[in-house]
Amino acid sequence: MVGKTLFEKIWDKHVVKTMPDGTVLLYIDRHLVHEVTSPQAFEGLRMAKRAVRRPDLSFATMDHNVPTTTEDRMTIRDPISAAQVEALRTNCKEFGVNLYDLQSDHQGIVHIIGPEMGITVPGLTMVCGDSHTSTHGAFGTLAFGIGTSEVEHVLATQTLRQSKPKTFRVEFTGKLQKGVYSKDMILKLIGLIGTAGGTGYVIEYAGEAVRALSMEARMTICNMSIEGGARAGMIAPDDTTYEYIAAKDRPFAPKGEAFDRAVEYWRSLPSDPDAEFDRVLTIEADKIAPQVTWGTNPGMVVDVTDRVPDPHSVPGHSVKDVEQALAYMGLSPGTPMTEIPLDTIFIGSCTNARIEDLRTVSGIIKGRKKADSVRVIVVPGSQQVRKQAEAEGIDKVFIDAGAEWRHAGCSMCLGMNPDQLKPGERCASTSNRNFEGRQGKGGRTHLVSPEMAAAALLEGHFVDIRNWAA
Amino acid sequence: MEAFSSHRGVVATLDRANVDTDQIIPKQFLKSIKRTGFGESLFFDWRYGDDGKPNPAFELNQPAFAGASILVTRNNFGCGSSREHAVWAVAQYGFKAVIAPWQDRNGSRVPGFADIFRNNCVKNGLLTIELSEAEVDQLFDWVERFPGVEATVDLEEQRVILHMDEEVAFHFDVDPVVKEHLIRGLDDIALTLEHEADITSFEQQHETQLHA
Repeated sequence: MVGKTLFEKIWDKHVVKTMPDGTVLLYIDRHLVHEVTSPQAFEGLRMAKRAVRRPDLSFATMDHNVPTTTEDRMTIRDPISAAQVEALRTNCKEFGVNLYDLQSDHQGIVHIIGPEMGITVPGLTMVCGDSHTSTHGAFGTLAFGIGTSEVEHVLATQTLRQSKPKTFRVEFTGKLQKGVYSKDMILKLIGLIGTAGGTGYVIEYAGEAVRALSMEARMTICNMSIEGGARAGMIAPDDTTYEYIAAKDRPFAPKGEAFDRAVEYWRSLPSDPDAEFDRVLTIEADKIAPQVTWGTNPGMVVDVTDRVPDPHSVPGHSVKDVEQALAYMGLSPGTPMTEIPLDTIFIGSCTNARIEDLRTVSGIIKGRKKADSVRVIVVPGSQQVRKQAEAEGIDKVFIDAGAEWRHAGCSMCLGMNPDQLKPGERCASTSNRNFEGRQGKGGRTHLVSPEMAAAALLEGHFVDIRNWAA
Repeated sequence: MEAFSSHRGVVATLDRANVDTDQIIPKQFLKSIKRTGFGESLFFDWRYGDDGKPNPAFELNQPAFAGASILVTRNNFGCGSSREHAVWAVAQYGFKAVIAPWQDRNGSRVPGFADIFRNNCVKNGLLTIELSEAEVDQLFDWVERFPGVEATVDLEEQRVILHMDEEVAFHFDVDPVVKEHLIRGLDDIALTLEHEADITSFEQQHETQLHA
């Protein structure tokens, strides 16, 4: 018998029933909920007089709308945002769902607090009305984003009707160069396969360069699977995973004997050596350079040493689409990426606002000042990350450098709260999407790693951090 | 959900690839707690100028496309955020079907629609149709030559028929599960709850690994 992939092992374990049409009813172990994609789902339940089947497996927080300044955080001025946040409170209370409200020490971006609290462990099925749910796949769990109708379905039934996706193994061989990080690995992959290259697949990331990554760095890769079109990305669990889960202050993670039993199970999850994938791709990690996006989707990306491309020379994009992207971005073909002047640096989002990201950036900028030309906003991914950073003095490093030190939320990744770019402003961002208007109408986004953002905040433009001395 | 079998209406074209859900419905409209009222905000940043008036340069604002209910666009439509608000906006604007090309990239078939968007469409009775790139190119050509041309989208027969002096028809493939779902206008939750006993017995033997 042919071996199974990590994905297949988890999938098979969660099939409640196979339907006559070939779809399956898939059991969902964890449902994460936030204020933007849930109100219509709760309203649907109310209208049909249905209950939440497993409130104990449902976890909610508010993150998208939340202001991140100390003065505005508790009293949201935008009445529509405030109403949406209030609706989540009312819904969670009425239906008995766990809520990490603004006063909670655990409030934060839903994909940051899940792993932090031990809600995310290997071998689960997890969903959330949010495309970046793929983040949790870093633990060797099947996690994917769903729409609001499916949110309602999971609330009512704790299951989803699903067709089985295909499998795609991406192997990163060798070791990363100094100055190159997991963000560069995933941007490189998206550049190669395009933003639809992974559509219909669950990606499993493997290889020496992936094994060497911390959990935080693995989450960055899985987080952006959706930017390559794949609803889910996964990494087999290993000792790095188990050590992360064993850390204290993860209230929902197994402990003691239960932990040992769990690890024994988790060790059975990695893909069998003879497992077959529908598609495979190998990338030489040691050849990857720091990546910077130049356009209006994450597949429009080049090495930092490259130039803004000629519209006729971009594979997978029409000339017209590239011309439109360059016009929106205000860039001319042939401009070196390192000569593009920046206005804003955003360090945050579910992609790169974990404690490790903040430690790395503060390590680079310690004792130095930001460039005069830039505004720097640092938004920790959760209140726990903020607290930890403050305990380590990281907040001081940022404040001394001239950055704004904020509270947790999605913030300028999508600008649903007051943190937005103004038209024409150009931002180096550690987030995940460089779509038109994503960070504010008319705003221009360049996606980079936290380390590249750190260097850019000191210099006011991008540098090749492989041969740059702070 | 309303059942879908066949629909005839004006075809509009949107000649852009990788249209993401941030463009379909920008962030400021996601704050609503209702399921309606999104049609006016569809493609907001492209559709309206800074003065709030319709932008005449935007494709869908062409007079010939007034009242259009079939949208023809380019590859990877609906990528990005999972927001179902994007599908609500497309449907509430009046579109019943969206057509986009699948692509052949190094021998593998790349779908014309992003996964989550396509899935959300099914839940809302909005039909997504994938044709080949050559066929979609032809549709763009015909609509350019005959602006305001109507088409029929026949889900039973899996055909798109362009109504000109001489009719042009394209066959499309559709997932049989999706076809059944749309034609019968099924309520997913009610269907799943018919299997509640199976869910309960599954739960009795299943380890959710939650420790609190």
